[in-house]
Amino acid sequence: MSDRHTMHAIARRVPHGARVLDLGCGDGSLLAHLQRERGCTGYGVEIDDANVLACVRQGVNVVQLNLEEGLALFGDNAFDVVLQIDTLQHLRNAEVMLRETARVGRSGIVAFPNFAHWPNRLSVLRGRMPVTRRLPYQWYDTPNIRVGTFKDFEVLATKNRLRILDAFGLQDGREVRRLPNALAGTAVFHFEHD
Amino acid sequence: MAKASTDPASFLAMPGFFMSFIATPQFLHFADPLPLTGGGSIRDYTLAYETYGTLDADGSNAVLVCHALNASHHVAGVYEGQPRSEGWWDNLIGPGKPVDTNRFFVIGVNNLGSCFGSTGPMHKHPDTGEIYGADFPVVTVEDWVNAQARLLDRLGVRQLAAVLGGSLGGMQALSWTLQYPDRVRHAVVVASAPNLTAENIAFNEVARRAIVTDPDFHGGHFYRHGVVPKRGLRIARMIGHITYLSDDVMNEKFGRQLREGLAPRYSTQDIEFQIESYLRYQGDKFSDYFDANTYLLITRALDYFDPALAHGGNLTLALARATARFLLVSFTTDWRFSPGRSREIVKALLDNRRDVSYAEIDAPHGHDAFLLDDARYHGVIASYFQRIAHELPAPETAP
Repeated sequence: MSDRHTMHAIARRVPHGARVLDLGCGDGSLLAHLQRERGCTGYGVEIDDANVLACVRQGVNVVQLNLEEGLALFGDNAFDVVLQIDTLQHLRNAEVMLRETARVGRSGIVAFPNFAHWPNRLSVLRGRMPVTRRLPYQWYDTPNIRVGTFKDFEVLATKNRLRILDAFGLQDGREVRRLPNALAGTAVFHFEHD
Repeated sequence: MAKASTDPASFLAMPGFFMSFIATPQFLHFADPLPLTGGGSIRDYTLAYETYGTLDADGSNAVLVCHALNASHHVAGVYEGQPRSEGWWDNLIGPGKPVDTNRFFVIGVNNLGSCFGSTGPMHKHPDTGEIYGADFPVVTVEDWVNAQARLLDRLGVRQLAAVLGGSLGGMQALSWTLQYPDRVRHAVVVASAPNLTAENIAFNEVARRAIVTDPDFHGGHFYRHGVVPKRGLRIARMIGHITYLSDDVMNEKFGRQLREGLAPRYSTQDIEFQIESYLRYQGDKFSDYFDANTYLLITRALDYFDPALAHGGNLTLALARATARFLLVSFTTDWRFSPGRSREIVKALLDNRRDVSYAEIDAPHGHDAFLLDDARYHGVIASYFQRIAHELPAPETAP
């Protein structure tokens, strides 16, 4: 997910000059890119010490927080865009965080590994959990505690009354708009709340 | 991503890490009265300070370090001919250290009312020629910041690249951004709080009562009697010390170890446990050098600090004045200035859309952690100051 194409595919969805909150911002590369290339401002949220350090090193505002504890630090609609890039699958309470994302941002962009991507399906058909470039972990030591599909997220978003502005897949750095649930390793949803 | 030169561990390999540089205390006299928050003013006072590094020609690389309760202007380096006289933040500040004095001009200043060189209760009142004692005026964090600003004027520093402080020093750093927003570009606030909790004030009050009820205190005029209220100071320090450590660290360090032998002696008044011995030692040491009136003054300054008070308790409104960029650091086991208190400051800054980063360091050492050498903590500070250094105009000399 850290590859340049993917990052740019997400960054393109963020308006110039937007105030951005990046939940699970990693080393801050995406925010640094958004600041540099699109004049954005904002903050990253990270739990990992090494990533917090990397953000400070890059000159990216970062707040060290455990997302499982919620986003009480952030006010309603405080951001133009809230990013959750490869974060959702690590959260015990993914639905609460989705609602919090919608609360603090006028819009949200969520990206996560699509479990319904055909190689994953094939693997399960063979009777084994997939181990791929996108999902590189064995079932017993994966940090991805929530596995969902493109279609699953559509259902969750609708349940939470989020308006989907755009949804597509990403595969090898390219947008997949035809049958993304089967043909893309990554699902991307851009949504706003009522 | 990680560069070797920014790896905290690489400081170990740098020359000068183990041997500190020579620091020299300096003194400046201020004749003009300084108006005080509590009314009245103080005039003809002296501030003790030290500086490390060189101020750039344009004055842009100055960093002010604010001290907490039991510290001074001697922030880093050692005194000539005095081995083991390292400044209280020598592990953080110096040539090649996280706050690199090869790049920054660092200023340490002893606050008014302290007992390490600046004018304090053990000095003479200019009107009466008598030792101030209990008559030394109550000074606040805001007063200290005003005095520090006057010092900077005299040193030719108009704007600070950064103000840095831990605990009570962090309160001063925060106050700088509110009192002189256009004179601070960055504020680094470590293990601090936007005000004290009732529990914190309570600890301070127990310490103060220990001092004030010592028969040798003489209402604060003990100097006249040639005595020092050492009993009170000892107990005050013992209480303070307990609150600076975490339960875990205390257990790890002392546990239930007995001082002598393996069997208890069943005595109510002798030292039985190692922790008792340690606290008494700390208390004794402290009472030998610290001034009782200073203890009262500084704990009071802690109690009174509350920038939100003038804004109906709304910290977001209070911090609207701040324009500096912030780094906040807290430590998970610090229960005296808990991470939650730092998060309150972070939230108020976020509400005001200010630039802020916040690191919550998982360290076992309680409040004391801010004075200790922890690679994650020092790594964040080092990286932040490297960013500040990048913003400075190019130094006159090639690196």
